[in-house]
This record gives sequence, structure tokens and C-alpha cells, in this order.
Amino acid sequence: MATTITTVPGAGPISGSRAFFRKLREGDEIARIITFLFAASVVLVTLLLVWELWQGSVLPRHKFGFGFFFTRVWDPIAEQFGALPFIYGTLVTSAVSLLIAVPLGLGAAIFLAELAPQKISDTLQFFIDLLAAVPSVIYGLLGVFIVIPLMREYIQPALKRTLGFLPLFQGPAYGVGFLTAGIVMAIMVIPYIISVSREVLLSVPRDQREAALALGSTRWESTWKVVVPFARTGIMGSVFLALARALGETMAVTMVIGNTPTISASLFSPGYSIAAVIANEFTEATGDTYLQALIELGLVLFLLTFILNGLARLLIVLTSRRGAGMGQT
Amino acid sequence: MLSVTGACAAVAVSVLFFILGYLVYHGGSSVNWAFFTKLPTPVGESGGGMANAIVGTAKLLSLAVLVGVPIGFFGAIYLAEFSGNGIIAFVVRYAADLLNGVPSIVIGIFAYTMLVLPFKHFSAIAGGFALGLMMVPITLRSAEDFLRAVPRALREGAMALGASKTRTIATVIVPAAYRGIMTAILLALARVAGETAPLLFTAFSNRFWSHGWNEPIASLPVMIFTYAIAPYDDWHRQAWAAGLVLLGLILIVNIFARAILSRGGTILR
Repeated sequence: MATTITTVPGAGPISGSRAFFRKLREGDEIARIITFLFAASVVLVTLLLVWELWQGSVLPRHKFGFGFFFTRVWDPIAEQFGALPFIYGTLVTSAVSLLIAVPLGLGAAIFLAELAPQKISDTLQFFIDLLAAVPSVIYGLLGVFIVIPLMREYIQPALKRTLGFLPLFQGPAYGVGFLTAGIVMAIMVIPYIISVSREVLLSVPRDQREAALALGSTRWESTWKVVVPFARTGIMGSVFLALARALGETMAVTMVIGNTPTISASLFSPGYSIAAVIANEFTEATGDTYLQALIELGLVLFLLTFILNGLARLLIVLTSRRGAGMGQT
Repeated sequence: MLSVTGACAAVAVSVLFFILGYLVYHGGSSVNWAFFTKLPTPVGESGGGMANAIVGTAKLLSLAVLVGVPIGFFGAIYLAEFSGNGIIAFVVRYAADLLNGVPSIVIGIFAYTMLVLPFKHFSAIAGGFALGLMMVPITLRSAEDFLRAVPRALREGAMALGASKTRTIATVIVPAAYRGIMTAILLALARVAGETAPLLFTAFSNRFWSHGWNEPIASLPVMIFTYAIAPYDDWHRQAWAAGLVLLGLILIVNIFARAILSRGGTILR
């Protein structure tokens, strides 16, 4: 008897395009495609941003090349553009702000993570989070009307009297300047240092603390000699994050730095920062080279914050990995 | 050392109360009915207000929500539900973190080259786009966290009942994560409400009512900036009042959102 093989159309594994259309009808494939497009748009926008910054700064890049970063002259009328005063101003104000904010922020983070009772720590963290939510222009408002007169009348003359032999504290006390901008920036940056350092300190495994206490150290010794060094890399990461935030700070700095493209050893001198010059002169820029020079400054700012943020996250991840790894022994 | 570190924490927190105190002290008396209903008057005339700036901020924030929330929300659904930890998900998350770290003024430059240069005028659309772009990373990462936090039991229950993936997401997962996602959007809104730098050369400003979406538009933060650095006392007074209104709104939204969130979940800083 011959065996007949009957085939049922549609049975068996469904090949290629038919499988696709079947899934399409079920709606899942469409949902996947649509949500993928939205997610991909984030990547596209970021790439487009970098491209626009690069394309938008073509004229000064060709005209000045790398000399753009080392020229002091910012003369729009003669079409001579140099970024050095702004880079200097940005670095000096960031340095001053970190010098003030890191000790204060680290101290507060240690208090919140190690030494304070849980309830106080949570309440204070709540207020610190609110402080991080205050917009930059409000800090600028306070800077203009509270900090500048305070600096001009009391703090700068006092610094001149006591430390005036240093070139840092010489010159007339205008009120505006690098020091004022650094102080206002420090206030803005402290909440970030506190929040991130606190999380990093909390992620240090208990074994470390308890081992130190078991060996007879006091509470403070275990904190300062064991926990903080363990979290050292993560705390550095928080400082980098704060620095990245400080570099991009525009409004508060514009209102208190004095807006003069000068390079001076004195902290009392008015200066300029990259973000401040973009904010002030962008709408006033006459001519393509001027506008594109400002866009090139934006590109510089983008690259700086990109590198710093990348480093910061790397450092923070390294600390938590280390903590997770060691806590298992 | 407890006292030294405690003093550091006290100093940091007391700044918040100083800020609030000064704003209430200087701006409290200037926040009157005229402030909310009148347009800015020419310099020298008293009695002006910031009605156009308040409406302008509201318009810009609605545009920002229209731009930022769909991208963030649907992108988060893709990251949480349809991709896993593959290369695409990594690239999307990395791009979102990158966008989060970009200084707001550079986002303003981007919006300028995309939406102001081609059309040759400032507009509310350009300002709203810049603000929306700043909302995307926060919304994306926070919504993804909340969607992932929905317990597997709910997902698997829905699948066991025969629901397709789309139906599971739409009717089970998103409603379960709804509260967290809404608070994330509120927090993102509160953050961009105070942003000035991207608006300086996209929405610019306007001393009159702005009609439609294609005209330059006033906004509270830009008005605060303009008035604070001007030499007129009346404008200084109004800047304090505007600062109080702006900070008050932002803090209320923050406290409200964090109080709801305190039952769990994290928010991207």
C-alpha cells in the first residue's frame, strides 16, 4: 500500500515574513517599533546636538585652530576671538567653589551618613534635596542683593587687611569678581556633594565599620580612618559631578562675576566664565564669526562636562563595585 | 567631631531657610494683585506686573511636557519592557545620561540652531523644545525605574490570563507604576521651570502679551534675570516678588512629589 503524504497548508514552522505579519497583527511588534523609535530619538537628538555644535563652530575653528584656547584677546570688532579669559574664569571660580564646598559638603555627608540618628538624617536630606531644586537665577538674585554688598563692605576689606600680602587678595574691593562667583557657586554645589557622598558612604559595607569598632576604635576613628578612605573613590566621583555642574552654571555666575574678560591673579578682580559670555553676548553677536566663536565655546563646555561626568560615574561605580565585592567575604 | 560635622550640615541646610526668608522679606510685600494681572510698564511708571511672564512660563512648560514626556515615557517603556540589557538599551541610557549632564546653555544653543536660525525669529516653540529636551533624561530614567519596579507577579498574572504584551503594559504595568511616573514628571517640570539660560536666546522675552506660539515670549526666570541686573528699584522689587512666586511654586511641587514618593523609588538627580 502506497503511503500518501498529505500536507496541511499553514501547519509547521512559519517562515520569515509570515511570522512578522502575524506578530504585527497581534500589536506587540507595532508597540515595540513605536517605543523603539521614541527611545532611538533620544540617541538621535544627542548625536544631532554634537553635530550642530561642531558644524556651528566651523568658521573660528578654521580661522584660529587650537590657538583659540590660548589667546587672551576677545575683540569682536577686530574679529579676534580667544577663549583663554573664559577658560581661566571658569576654572578659577570652580576651584574656589570646590575649595569651599568640598570640606563643608563632606563634613555634612559624614554627619548624615555616619553620625546622625536616622530620623534627623532623613529630615536633613529632605531639606538638602530641596536646596538642590532652587533655580540658579534665585541664587543669582541673592548674590546680587545680599552677597555682593556683603563682600564689598565687610568680607573683601577684611581679607585685604589680614591676607592682603598675597596676590590673591589684592586690588580694589568691587564686590563682584571671582571670589563672589566662587562663593555663590559653592552654595549651589554643596547639595550635590552632600547627596552623592552620603550615598557613597552609606554603601560602604557594614563589615568594615564593625571590624574597626571590634578592634577598639572610637566611632569617629572608624568613620574617618576606615569608612571614608574606603569610599574615597566615590567621594572623588561626587566632587567631579559637582565640578561638572559648576562648570555649566550660567545665571548665578553671570550676575556676580563682573563680566569682564580679564585674567588676573587677584580673586577680587571681575572676570568672565564660558557660560556667562555665551549668555550675555549670544543675542548681541554681530557677524557669523562672532556667533560661531560663541558656539565653539559651547562645544568646549560640552566636552568638559562630558569628560567630567564620564569620569565621575566611573569612579562612583568603582566604589560600589568594591563595596559589593568585599562585603561578600 | 560630631559637632563639627553637624555644624557643616546645619550650615548647608540653613542656607535654604535664609533663601526663603529673604525672598519672603523682600518680595512678600510686592506680591499683590497687580503683580499677577498687569503687564510690565515702561521704566519709571509704577504699578507694573508680570502677568505675561506667568502665562508665558505656563505656555513654555506645556510645550516642554508635550516634547519631553512622550519621548521619556515611551522610551522608558521600550527600555523596561522590550529591550533588556543589550547594546541598544545601553546606548539609549548612555545618551540620556549624556543629555542630562549637558549644561543648560548648550541645550539653548542647540535649540537656537535647530528652531531659531531656520525661521529667523525667536519663538515659544524653540523655548519649549529646549525645556522639553531637558525633561527627557529625567523622565526616561525615572519612568524606567518605576516600570521595572512593578512586581513580576503582576506581569505573569496578566500573561497567564492570555493578554498580549501591549495589553499587559497598557492595562497592568503602567497603571501600577502610574504614581511614580507622575511624580517623576512633576519633579522634572519643577526643575525646568526655573531654567533661564536656555530661554535667553530661544524664547527671548516680551514686554507684551505673546500671541500664538511663534512669537518671543516672556517667562518668569528671564524676567527675574532682566529685572535683577537693571538699575531701577521698582524692577528690583518686582524681581524679588517674581523670585518668591517662582521658588514657592517649585518648592511646593517638590515637597508634594517627594512626599508621595517617600513610599519608595528613586529620582535621578
